[in-house]
Amino acid sequence: MIINKAYAGTLESSDIFVEIEPADEGAGIELKLTSAVYKQFGPQIEEVILETLKANGIEDAKVTANDRGAVDCTIRARVEVAALRAKGEV
Amino acid sequence: MRRTMLFFPGNSPNMLLNAGYLGSDSLILDLEDAVAITEKDSARILVRNAITGLEYEKEIIVRINPVGTPFWEKDLETIIPVKPHMIMPTKVGTAEDVRIVSAKIAEIEEACGMEAGSTKLIPLIETALGIENAYQIATADSRVCALFLGGEDLTADLRCKRTKEGKEIFYARTRIVMAARAAGIDVYDTPWTDVEDFDGLVKDAEFAKSLGFTGKSSISPRHIPYINKVFSPTEEEIQYAQDVIDCIERAKAEGKGVVSLRGKMIDAPIVARAVQTLEAARQIKGGK
Repeated sequence: MIINKAYAGTLESSDIFVEIEPADEGAGIELKLTSAVYKQFGPQIEEVILETLKANGIEDAKVTANDRGAVDCTIRARVEVAALRAKGEV
Repeated sequence: MRRTMLFFPGNSPNMLLNAGYLGSDSLILDLEDAVAITEKDSARILVRNAITGLEYEKEIIVRINPVGTPFWEKDLETIIPVKPHMIMPTKVGTAEDVRIVSAKIAEIEEACGMEAGSTKLIPLIETALGIENAYQIATADSRVCALFLGGEDLTADLRCKRTKEGKEIFYARTRIVMAARAAGIDVYDTPWTDVEDFDGLVKDAEFAKSLGFTGKSSISPRHIPYINKVFSPTEEEIQYAQDVIDCIERAKAEGKGVVSLRGKMIDAPIVARAVQTLEAARQIKGGK
């Protein structure tokens, strides 16, 4: 359960900045992704973000992600931290 | 084979991504001083994912926050399950500091079904108290496989200036080498912090080697080839070591008790050094 708006990551090269905001119950995930490599990897990045949100129990949220060429393990790390912070678990 | 250990800030994806390709024998992924206090949670999760996701082919050491901070236990809970080769506890002042960390690691190893004692420790000694207790720290727990000297924090604790000459850490260097060698473990020297001064770096590394250090850490990838060279045996040293071993083998075959090579008697310490030299050369050639 999200209790506050939270973010993780940076806008540095190879990183991704992820912001999570509360949304109404049942609203699902509203994901906005910006990435220099969106054409090539956009769907894969979105899939990794959605998987990680689900694994962290986030079902309803507004999520904004600004990707700077992050690899999967970085994307998963930043989304997990943003989720934990949004849930007040850190 | 550990000649060089290179530090990487734990919250920098770009640096973690390149960490395995910069020539150091070991990587120190840092959760302590290189990470802002507000990003400790981010760094430990990023480092955990880097270890599992980037499949480093190097030895991985994770530097954790000191016992007494709100971070060290979470660091271990997050990192131990992904099986780093070693944990570097920081500001280690007493044997008890080591035992506290070891006990926490044991709990996590058991909970994760890991082999008990499989995670090794390389305590970072960087206080006057730690230097004075170096042998007790080295022998505090079977996980301890090396000691590591931190010169910057130490000189702050000593309330003296850190200089390039390093006279202010001479006692600490010799004390920590003596403690580690007495305990039968390896010992690593503090980084050279001037990233542009390569002559100074080589002199400092050669001095550390002359005192008995196994290798030296670094904060700059550009320092790595210089340190590796200093801590690698030269071709001449390797040839001499091989000649010593050949000489000893011949003497054994001929039933001789005392042998000499190039006019010098070959005794047990010379043979021991020759074995160490050849083993180091073998490991470097094998890339391990």
